[in-house]
Amino acid sequence: MLMPEMSEETEGERVAISARGSLLQVLREDGTLDPDKNPDIEDLDLLRAFRQMVETRFLDERLTRLQRQGRIGFHVGCLGEEAAIIGSALALQTEDWIFPCYREFGAALLRGMPYQSFIDNLYGNANDTAKGRQMPDHYTCRDAHWVSISSPVGTQINQATGFAWASKLKGETAVTLVYFGDGATSSNDFHSGLNFAGVFKAPVVFLCRNNGWAISVPYESQTASPTIAHKGQAYGVHAVRVDGNDLFAVYRAVRDAADRARAGHGPTLVEALTYRMGGHSTSDDPGAYRDAHELEPWQQRDPVERVRHYLMDHDMWTAADDAALDAELEKRFLAAVEAAENTPQPEVDTMFDDVYEKLPWHLREQREQVRRGRRPFKGGG
Amino acid sequence: MVQALNDALRDEMKRDQRIVLLGEDIGTVGGVFRVTKGLHEEFGENRVMDTPLSEGGIIGCAIGMALNGLVPVAEIQFSDFIFPAYDQIVNELAKFRYRSGGDFVTNMVVRTPVGGGIRGGHYHSQHPEAPFIHMAGLKVVCPSNPYDAKGMLKAAIRDPDPVVFLEPKRVYRAAKGDVPDGDYIVPLEKASIVRAGKSVTVVAYGAMLYEALDAATRAEEHGVDCEVIDLRTLWPLDLETIVASVKHTGRLVVVHEAPRTCGLAAEIVTLITEKAFYYLQAAPVRVTGFDTPFPYALEMEYLPLSHRILPAVLDTVRASP
Repeated sequence: MLMPEMSEETEGERVAISARGSLLQVLREDGTLDPDKNPDIEDLDLLRAFRQMVETRFLDERLTRLQRQGRIGFHVGCLGEEAAIIGSALALQTEDWIFPCYREFGAALLRGMPYQSFIDNLYGNANDTAKGRQMPDHYTCRDAHWVSISSPVGTQINQATGFAWASKLKGETAVTLVYFGDGATSSNDFHSGLNFAGVFKAPVVFLCRNNGWAISVPYESQTASPTIAHKGQAYGVHAVRVDGNDLFAVYRAVRDAADRARAGHGPTLVEALTYRMGGHSTSDDPGAYRDAHELEPWQQRDPVERVRHYLMDHDMWTAADDAALDAELEKRFLAAVEAAENTPQPEVDTMFDDVYEKLPWHLREQREQVRRGRRPFKGGG
Repeated sequence: MVQALNDALRDEMKRDQRIVLLGEDIGTVGGVFRVTKGLHEEFGENRVMDTPLSEGGIIGCAIGMALNGLVPVAEIQFSDFIFPAYDQIVNELAKFRYRSGGDFVTNMVVRTPVGGGIRGGHYHSQHPEAPFIHMAGLKVVCPSNPYDAKGMLKAAIRDPDPVVFLEPKRVYRAAKGDVPDGDYIVPLEKASIVRAGKSVTVVAYGAMLYEALDAATRAEEHGVDCEVIDLRTLWPLDLETIVASVKHTGRLVVVHEAPRTCGLAAEIVTLITEKAFYYLQAAPVRVTGFDTPFPYALEMEYLPLSHRILPAVLDTVRASP
């Protein structure tokens, strides 16, 4: 038996853990839904998720282009991982919270982060909610219950455990979901995050996007563990493996995990098996370490195409809808980019704000140094 | 001091339901130094939580709790064990307000015993304030006596910024003093002139304050009148009080247990040379721990005790024109 037996399992969980290495899959190869595992996503939600998947892919393509043109400094995308990201966010309630990694902007937009906020963050301009203090893709949005992003890969994991633990202590029903990649499962914070969550039965969902790569290091060199789900077992944390390119399966696994957490049964580790079809970020060239042939089987499992086929088969989507959506995305994007590019940089004084609630004497002095003379030329010198 | 800290925690926990304690062995047993004694019984396991043995886990989880509206007071059993949590403290806790543009704040306290002189060797004796001061976004405090310990811990808990609260364990039980019942605050960022004098300003904090006071008493026999400042809040420090004192005395000696190079004394000496250069009648002097690992058998030679402070004080006077 690979996974621990759980007495309070739902039907879906039992399916997921019933056999060694088995993956929860709902959207089958033939494009139909497995009736035993179908999470019955409402049509409107499904369409909303699909549109967000398409927009996410559109943005990855366009933002990479903006970076190549030198208009933004960086972008870290999620090509091929749209189902894992959107499906998991769709399965949460409004009251729930997300501790993101840095690859999940699609989930933030789905949860209501204003589109312009996202684009402003990429430019680090005066309207950026992070006040231009972080790299692109490090936005923050309390209103969407979306916690500020840090670049280290695992630090959000035990923070999410603590956040969920606090919800439990306060007697609240909110569930916390935390995103991370397979590389982060090697971090100290993954270990302590799962260990503490297991001990305190924190209502947290650990969503590992196992995309096969941590920059240039493949899964096999990251861990000798046959699956990420195995690692949950070590901490007494319920674990499931899902087809991460199947929107329905990810939704089902996360909804079940969230239900379980809300009912007081503690944490779940969801391993979403997917593939990073692009580079780690715009600063990375996967051609240096990865054979392009490796992508071929995953192209057959493209998460966006799988949902599109399903919707078309069920007369919920047409080629005309695609064209209309493309036009809408283009229009929204161009308007937001124009607005962001016409917004100035943050004022120099803001560099010293928010280090503490009130400006202490030493930062007041340092601010005076900057005020005394602005940099005369753009760039250094 | 242990009782004063315990009183502060109890008072604050009664006042504010959001305050929770977490750390290793802080529950039933009340902490290895008994600072949280009786609180587990009084407030229950949902307010006082024994955690697994992981400093990074303690601080990471406490940050999450703080983000969710609780006010955690996390205990790290010895400051020598704080480094697995260093990333969470300096890169996460200290940066949340800044990196989120004020969208997320982390109101919490990290309590940890510091300092040598208890025969604890390298892993139970260090005094690591400098690495926390250097990484923007934290307040770092170190009270020297029970009255301040209670008032400053209350202030730290109520402070809107994350506070690293260093407790000088050598005087946990040795430092006596009247501690009033009930609520009072000793404000952060304010030093205290514990001995007025006119010849030399001696800045110290934590357990070394008593060594500085002892050296001051001995210096008197040599006709040297020391002004001793208890820094109390190490960062942001009370520059005004030190500058005013040095303008008055013309001489400065800074004492701390931590190693010398890039230590807090280096910063204080620099600040004084910048702010009060023309008032100085002698070169400022540091009396500190050495740039070695903390030694076990020779710990009393390592620590900047009064026998090392006294000659430094007398030298600054003799060196003067």
